[in-house]
Amino acid sequence: MAEQTTQIAHPLEPFLRKTTIPHIWCPGCGDGTILNSFVTALKELEVNLDKIAVISGIGCIGRIAGYTNTDSFHTTHGRPIPFAVGVKLANPELNVIVISGDGDLFAIGGNHFIHAARRNIGIKVICSNNFNYGMTGGQQGPTTPLASRTATTPFGNIEHPFNLVHLAAASGAVYVARWTTLHVRRMTESIKKAIQKEGFSFIEIVSPCPEIYGKASKIGTAMDFMNWFKKASVIQNFSDPAQAEITAEKIPVGEFVDVEKPTFEKLLREMTAQAQGKVTGGA
Amino acid sequence: MAIIEQKTIPLNGDEAVAYAVKQSDVDVVAAYPITPQTIIVERFSEYVANGEVDTEFVCVESEHSALAASLTASLTGARAFTATASAGLALMHEMVYVTAGCRAPVVMAVTNRALSAPINIHCDHSDVMAERDSGWIQLWAENAQEVYDSIIQAFRIAEHPDLMTPVMVNLDGFFLSHTLENVQVLPDNVVRKFVGIRQYPLVSDTQGKKVPFKLDPDFPLTMGPLDLPDYYFEHKRQQEEAMHIAPKIIKQVHDEYAKLSGRSYGNGFVDAYNVDDAEIVTVCLGSTAGTTKTVVDQLRSKGIKAGVLRVRTLRPLPVEDIMRALENKKAVAVLDRSNSVGGQGGPFFHEIRHVLYGAQSHPPIVDYVYGLGGRDMPPALIQNIYKDLEEIAKTGKVKNLVQFAGVRE
Ligand SMILES: Cc1ncc(C[n+]2csc(CCOP(=O)(O)OP(=O)(O)O)c2C)c(N)n1
Ligand code: SF4
Ligand SMILES: [Mg+2]
Repeated sequence: MAEQTTQIAHPLEPFLRKTTIPHIWCPGCGDGTILNSFVTALKELEVNLDKIAVISGIGCIGRIAGYTNTDSFHTTHGRPIPFAVGVKLANPELNVIVISGDGDLFAIGGNHFIHAARRNIGIKVICSNNFNYGMTGGQQGPTTPLASRTATTPFGNIEHPFNLVHLAAASGAVYVARWTTLHVRRMTESIKKAIQKEGFSFIEIVSPCPEIYGKASKIGTAMDFMNWFKKASVIQNFSDPAQAEITAEKIPVGEFVDVEKPTFEKLLREMTAQAQGKVTGGA
Repeated sequence: MAIIEQKTIPLNGDEAVAYAVKQSDVDVVAAYPITPQTIIVERFSEYVANGEVDTEFVCVESEHSALAASLTASLTGARAFTATASAGLALMHEMVYVTAGCRAPVVMAVTNRALSAPINIHCDHSDVMAERDSGWIQLWAENAQEVYDSIIQAFRIAEHPDLMTPVMVNLDGFFLSHTLENVQVLPDNVVRKFVGIRQYPLVSDTQGKKVPFKLDPDFPLTMGPLDLPDYYFEHKRQQEEAMHIAPKIIKQVHDEYAKLSGRSYGNGFVDAYNVDDAEIVTVCLGSTAGTTKTVVDQLRSKGIKAGVLRVRTLRPLPVEDIMRALENKKAVAVLDRSNSVGGQGGPFFHEIRHVLYGAQSHPPIVDYVYGLGGRDMPPALIQNIYKDLEEIAKTGKVKNLVQFAGVRE
């Protein structure tokens, strides 16, 4: 006789778009952890999902816009930030969250990142940094460590990588944090903080790509990545972003910047109101 | 000259590109990965890492930079190559025009893929059709063998001192880029000799002295400066004039290569399959020609006088060849793997129909937009198109000028 089973809904089910799941990510990929943390943050904040917009670029992590049960836009490669800027300016009430990859945000779309941070427009950017272009087969990108092997650097990378924490801080972000996918709870707390904060926030998540980068770099499996993260991560809250370079020996993590600064959308509104006030006054 | 002995190796279209580039003594390759082009740069980076080539390979941060770097390398006198697809080509758009305008003989492989939105990684020709008017020569390959042969020819054509015009080699995404074929490859030294050392045309410097056209501190020149209504028009006209001498060079290179390799593609401009005595003809680009030729064989075995005209050079457009091939037919269908939205048919249809306007007689001509976003074009669909053509040939009447073949209605 068949056993009686009761269907219990997964507690995060309301936050996911069931029609697009199962997801495409490989076993052991960090992107699932990022999705999990992100929707957990939404749940714990009890936010109205109608007030959340998730914007992603192209890449493995870019698929996330299709998995969250929010308004979302899967944009073109490198452009989630300008799309998000448009959304935020048209509807400042929305919490606009960009989730994308190291290649998307810092290679082809790097220019947008520094200018959005400089303006302090109130969007949140979460970067899955897996040190390569996962989706296209693991080529070298702007965060690939020096000497690391990838599909396009079979004898080792000769380019110096970005220190994203330093880049974000120097560009003007008001909140900057870095965690690895090992730091699930801390990552979730940072996402919650960013969602509640005004201004341009940036969270880098160091994430394993075992299937492609793990093989080429010889770092190995998802477990090997986790062991690396465990061994190398050092929490250094509010330490100098310039010193936060990731090396094989050390991954500085934590919150690096948390300051207040008027946002672009606020200044824009004020200026527009003032200009319109002047027009009315002069008539 | 005897045909050179060659080895046959399994290569997909992308690998055929990489292999040909490896043999062509290229100085600089700059590229950014994009499906379905990625295999080209990956294979090539292996050649670089293995020390098999003397090439500087740069993994730039976007396609815009990829073409910018290839262009400027080319302007210093280097032999430069890049490859892209779809959104990558769209992002290059500004540089596509700059490259042609600077007369930089860059060679680029375009692994044709649909454009967003919606996002799609599969084959159609929308990406490259947006670059038709940019001033690049466009070669189109039917199979991996032709991809290999065309890349080698492209360097010779582009760098010809009388021409100095960049060349794109188009290969259908996935259908060619990812499909393994037996490809005959020439020995390295033969290819190297065939492509030769890049020669530079002589131009006058500001003192009227003749200097080689390249950026060289010993013979200072300025490239790409401001060119207002006083001279811009003349420079653009020169690009057009170069396109008029291009056929001579394309033919010469194609025929010389045929003598070496034993392989030719029609007359180098159009590949006419059973067209001479045909009554009904389809006109297409790229890999669809392979399937269409099979359908033509089947129809011929039933006594139906069908043919297919594959255009190999979309730019320069072989107006005379197309006109002669089509003007006496009873019905013609253009197969368009892209659409000109709101423009009454696809861009390829506009090209072919435009050619026929100058012809002696005007066969009825229709357009079939097919295969957008990688939708398959199976023989059955092509058979239906020939059936329509038989009907048009019989009645002389065109019911639908433009149709979508293989779409859900
Ligand atoms: C203009 C353009 N160029 C290239 C591509 C191909 N492409 C798709 S995803 C990607 C890289 C993704 O890397 P990343 O952002 O790090 O995301 P990951 O896949 O690693 O999560 C590239 C180069 C594209 N879609 N569009
Ligand atoms: S390729 Fe890498 S980043 Fe992409 S899903 Fe697989 S493991 Fe994740
Ligand atoms: Mg990545």
